[in-house]
Amino acid sequence: MSDPAVHEFLESWRGVTPVPGAPWFAPQRAAARQAFQARGFPTLHDEDWKYTDVRPIASRRFGSGTETGVDAGLTAAASFSAAGAHELLFLNGQFATAADPAPALPAGVIVMPMSRADARQNESLAAHLGRYADINKHGFLALNTALAGDGALIFIPDNVEVTIPVSLLFASAAGPQPTGTCPRNLIILGRNAAATVIECYTGTDDGEYLTNAVTEVRLGAGARLEHYRLQQEGKRAYHLGNLSVQQDQDSRLVSHAFALGGALARNEIDVRLAARGAQAVLNGLYVAGERQHLDNHTRIDHEQPHTTSAEHYRGVLTGRARAVFNGKVVVHKDAQKSDARQVNANLLLSDDAEVDTKPELEIYADDVKCSHGATIGRLDDNMLFYLRTRAIPAAVARSLLIYAFAEEVIQPIGFAPIRARLEQRVLGRLPDAEVIREFVQ
Amino acid sequence: MLEIKNLHVAVDGKEILKGVNLHVRPGEVHAIMGPNGSGKSTLANVLAGRDGYVVTKGEINYLGRDLTTLEPEERAREGVFLAFQYPVEIPGVNNIYLLKAALNAIRKHRGQPELDAVEFLALVRDRMGLVKMPEDFMSRSVNEGFSGGEKKRNEIFQLAVLEPRLAILDETDSGLDIDALRVVADGVNSLRNPERSLVLVTHYQRLLDYIIPDQVHVLSDGRILKSGGKELALELEARGYDWVRAAAA
Ligand SMILES: Nc1ncnc2c1ncn2[C@@H]1O[C@H](COP(=O)(O)OP(=O)(O)OP(=O)(O)O)[C@@H](O)[C@H]1O
Ligand SMILES: [Mg+2]
Repeated sequence: MSDPAVHEFLESWRGVTPVPGAPWFAPQRAAARQAFQARGFPTLHDEDWKYTDVRPIASRRFGSGTETGVDAGLTAAASFSAAGAHELLFLNGQFATAADPAPALPAGVIVMPMSRADARQNESLAAHLGRYADINKHGFLALNTALAGDGALIFIPDNVEVTIPVSLLFASAAGPQPTGTCPRNLIILGRNAAATVIECYTGTDDGEYLTNAVTEVRLGAGARLEHYRLQQEGKRAYHLGNLSVQQDQDSRLVSHAFALGGALARNEIDVRLAARGAQAVLNGLYVAGERQHLDNHTRIDHEQPHTTSAEHYRGVLTGRARAVFNGKVVVHKDAQKSDARQVNANLLLSDDAEVDTKPELEIYADDVKCSHGATIGRLDDNMLFYLRTRAIPAAVARSLLIYAFAEEVIQPIGFAPIRARLEQRVLGRLPDAEVIREFVQ
Repeated sequence: MLEIKNLHVAVDGKEILKGVNLHVRPGEVHAIMGPNGSGKSTLANVLAGRDGYVVTKGEINYLGRDLTTLEPEERAREGVFLAFQYPVEIPGVNNIYLLKAALNAIRKHRGQPELDAVEFLALVRDRMGLVKMPEDFMSRSVNEGFSGGEKKRNEIFQLAVLEPRLAILDETDSGLDIDALRVVADGVNSLRNPERSLVLVTHYQRLLDYIIPDQVHVLSDGRILKSGGKELALELEARGYDWVRAAAA
């Protein structure tokens, strides 16, 4: 039932040369292309997409943006290399060599663009790529595999702890016509390995472009990954970001997802706690204004006993913005003694803003601890009054409370330069930012 | 200092205060007692400027001006301080930064230079000693996770730092243990001076053993039914409120 529009979308795609282009990947690509053609784009009839209308994406044709230069100021503002990170920069989907040499990483550690993988590195890729992200989940995942461009290959050997954060920066410049990229990353941590990985997506405000990114992660036994995803795309951008993680015994994932930019954006995290003792902590913040639409979908599968997950997402909405939070937790029947906690809190600052929040718990084991709570509220009058009786002007008190609300999920950020950026991005949107900064320094 | 004349206040369309008269001179301490629901907190809130508390009749004069025209933050800068009956928890807003911002806003308004971090810290240490406030409270969010008594103590600590002209203490003694009551009362007493007035809302005569009031008023069903000296509090303790109501009827 191949839809002509879907066919046309694929034919008109002018993303960068597919990478990885190795022959071993060709069958996966072909299968994904078929899956996409069969399924097409998700629609409002799909339970998982009922609040997010992707017709604006489906109806557009995305060409190549490779000829368009990306402004150096844009990448500099988003970069963490000055903050000491080892950074890979992708401009309009293509790997760009950084001006400054990145700090050296421990021996055996691989951090490189997939496009530069040699035969041996291709073997590691072949062993993992496509194993964790499910192309049958929805059209965008299939589309990514079908069209995957460049992205990072990160491989940390057993027992190696990388203390230097690895930063993957994807910057897009919109051209006169909409442009698109399908970045694909793979992060493999061996037994007891540890790393911090930052994915940052940014772009220009002056045109439309699409980022459809997928990152696959495998954490070996006892491995620890601190993962940051900063979605600070341009104002007119479409963004889909999927993080698919599989965790071995006693491994620990801490994910921080920040959705700030884009016109229509979805942050998706799928975690499989596939062995005893695996732990996942999912923090998230979405700040939406004007007519922005920010969707967050997470799914955590507790497949084995003694697995734990703790999720805390917060949203701040102004203007006519719309946000979605859907947190699915599945506790499989063997996953006894599992512990799953989920909190979603939303602050609505205008009458026209709207949020749909939906926890979804499916529990098939009997000896588990599960809890969830969702709130949608306005600024608290009692708090506002209290601050005003302490000589704080009403406008400052409002900003302060908004900031304090967001700070709950900014504060746990381990890498200080990211915390600073978030504080700046969130504060920067508030009136009286300078005064509030005094409070939080 | 404060002159309230025939004050009528409605909340959500319901008349709560029905003609309150009160005259507090500089340096005086006035105690307001009365049954639950009689309007004591309503009076405290309307003095502090809470939204939704509508003055339908009467006037509130503070240092020669109409207090009702001022926003809550303007009243605070003019030296009005309310110690809340139920201090609110504000997660994410640091206690000490709030206090610093509050103090500097008030100082700026008075034409005094703002305190720098070092001067502020010295003042804070001094005032913490006054109410025996543990130091780690300062790094916490406003009232977050504080016990009932700790919240009350924090209000008095703020009072000690901000040095208002008119302080309204709404049941600050409720929820304090015996030792804490003593500490808080001593703190309040040390802040008494000929320029500073206090309005104490309380249910218990005991507080007034420590902080000796100039006058005691009985507020019942939105009106002050009786006023007297500190011995009135003892009489209320012994006899309850019914006789006051009966006498006023
Ligand atoms: N929003 C409101 N709508 C209607 N009635 C209200 C509202 N707020 C307060 N009241 C009523 O006003 C009356 C006075 O309340 P207030 O809190 O001033 O009493 P109080 O004297 O401080 O009592 P307590 O000793 O219990 O603290 C009460 O009957 C209360 O129920
Ligand atoms: Mg009261």
